[in-house]
Order: sequence, then structure tokens, then C-alpha cells
Amino acid sequence: MTSDEVALKALMIAGLEGDSAAHRMFLQRLSGQLRAFYKGKLLRIGRSAAEAEDLVQEALVAVHIQRDTYDPAELLTPWVYAIARYKLIDHLRRTRASLAHVPIDDAKGLLAEDDLVAAESAYDLEKLMAKLPQKMRVAIQCVKLEGLSVAEAAGKCGMSESAVKVNVHRGLRALAALIAREKET
Amino acid sequence: MRTDDLIAMLGTNVEPVNHRRVAQTVSSAIAIGAATSLGLTLVASGVRTDLNAVGAWTFLAVKLGFAVAIVAVGSVHLVRAARPGGERKTPISILTLPFIAMMVLAAISIAYAPSSHWSRMVVGDQWLECLVSIPVIAVMPFAAVVWAVRRSAPTSLERAGALAGLVAGGLSAVGYALHCTDDSLPFVALWYGAAVALCALAGAILGPRLLRW
Repeated sequence: MTSDEVALKALMIAGLEGDSAAHRMFLQRLSGQLRAFYKGKLLRIGRSAAEAEDLVQEALVAVHIQRDTYDPAELLTPWVYAIARYKLIDHLRRTRASLAHVPIDDAKGLLAEDDLVAAESAYDLEKLMAKLPQKMRVAIQCVKLEGLSVAEAAGKCGMSESAVKVNVHRGLRALAALIAREKET
Repeated sequence: MRTDDLIAMLGTNVEPVNHRRVAQTVSSAIAIGAATSLGLTLVASGVRTDLNAVGAWTFLAVKLGFAVAIVAVGSVHLVRAARPGGERKTPISILTLPFIAMMVLAAISIAYAPSSHWSRMVVGDQWLECLVSIPVIAVMPFAAVVWAVRRSAPTSLERAGALAGLVAGGLSAVGYALHCTDDSLPFVALWYGAAVALCALAGAILGPRLLRW
């Protein structure tokens, strides 16, 4: 297997065990590969590469909220590729483009290239956050943006620790759904 | 939103996750589906009353074996198909094994029976009831299984939907087998097989709508 698979998988597994630094590094490295992947795909079907960053962020959110569907006994690359490809097809469908043919046996191509030019998407996190139910917004604000521990956030928001965790998780899922809905309008 | 900011947000206070959750959720949905299927059969139609008849227990065992085999093979593949990229590891050939085995048994039993019995063995008494009951009983198990798969991230929605339908159909056949009094192998192969296949087909059609994430 490629060194990328081995290195990324190690970071992913550390992240699954709750290592924030490893998880951040994993997402960072993955974002470069996703960016190169989406730019290539979009250009090949005659769409603007500017959409790539939206897709990169969507795929990163999906990888994060679905990370418990990764089976550590399996290779990481096909799992990531399946999500990246699913999000691309979903994006093309939602933006009403003619459905492009995205070949299924292209998993190797995903980790082959890297594009680490930091970039910005069309999404406005603050506006999206404002649409979340209050509990979810507060939980994400405290735990994910201000970096308070779950225990500190629980004390500050008057929620139990498990309620904070549930609201963070549901809030991220709701954010992903808001992003998808934004495209259709 | 800058991608670096998003990564910083996602990578803050990362909780450990349970990578067995998909299998656990799908298994509990299958248990719920089995309970509703058995419950509905017991309440609505009742267990067959002729279990003293010659060979009744044998045929009950065959029907249950067929249905349980479908559920067993189907649920292993359903857990795979619920995960991103899992559709690569769900070969259709293995899923048809219980059906093929049942058809082989049916063919053998027809070959040994006098030709005057053939039409009765195939059509039975309640073929229509069987063909309708199994998909109807399958609705609740299907809902339970779809709920579980929705909590995961299938990337081939048709396939995940078809597997959800297959498992629901199998669970339903487990219940219906307790009620059914048509004791012939060709009957089981044809009508049980067709009813479960119908469930899988319905699942494949509904999958893209129900399982999108």
C-alpha cells in the first residue's frame, strides 16, 4: 500500500480513539487530497474549479460525522473515496447539472495528488449556525469553536455532559444538512 | 468559511467513537424487525393449528431454515453496504445462494413425485396469501432496518435499499412460516422466494429516496 494510506490510516485511527491533534492533522492532509481530486473532476466535466472548495468542506464534514462507519480492519482509501465520490454525485445532482459519469474504480487517484492551497468556500458558518436549534448552536459554540471541554460546556450551558455530546453531534449533522439544502435554492 | 477554520472546528475536542456502532444498530433493528414479524403473525393470523399432521414439523423447519438463511446472509451484507464503499463487498451471487439451494431441493422433490401431483405442489392452497402476506408483514421490519441504515452512510443507495428489503422480507417469511400450511418444497421455493424477491425489489426502488444523506 502507498505510504499515504498507511500514514493517513494511522492518524484516522488515533482520531477515532479521541486524539484531537491527530484528527486535525488527518483532516488537514485529507483536505489537500480532496481539493486536488475535486478540482480535477470538476475541470474534466467542464465545471468551475471554484466549486471545489464547497465540496472539500462538505466531504470533510461528512468524513468527520461518519467516522464511526469506518471499520479499522479495512483500508482507509476506499472508504474516503466512496464518501468523496458520493458527495460529488450528490453535489452535481443538487446543482442540477447533467449527471456526470464518475467511475467507481478510481480510488487510487484520490491519494495520488495533493493541493494544499488554503481556500475558502461559499458557506458562511455564522449564518448557518444561526439556523441551528439553540441547544445545538450553544453546544457547538462552546465545545467546537471556543474549545471548552465537555464538562466545562455542560456547566456553562446547564446541560448534562451527555446532552452536550449529543447536541454537538446532532448539530454537526444539521449543519451538513443545511449546507446541502443551501445548494438547492 | 475557510477550510482551515472548519478543520480547526471539527478537530477540537474530538470524542472517541465506537466503530462497531453500525453493526450494533443494524443488529438491533433486525431484532426489532423479527419481533414485529413474529408478533404480527401471532396476533393477526395465528400459528398453524395442524402441527400434528405428518411432516408438518419438517416443513416448518424447512421454511424457517430458508427464511433464516436469507436473513443471515442478507444482514451480513447489509452491515457492509451501510458503510461508505461497502457495496464493493456485497456480491449478489452469495445473496442468491439460499434461493438456489431451495430451488434445487424443490426440483428434486418434483422429480421424485408423480406428475399428477406437480401442479398441486407448485400452486398449493394459499399462494396468493403467501405472496401478499410476506410483503405486508415486511413493512415494519423494513422500517426498522431503514432507520438503522439511515444512521450510517451507504454510498450505493439502491444496493443498500435492496438488502434492507431482502432482510425485511426474510424476517417476514420467518413469521409467515409459522402460519403457512402449504407443505411442499416447490411452493416454498416459488412463492416464498418470489415474495422475498419482491421485497428486495421494492427496497431497491425506495432506497435512493429513503437512504440519502
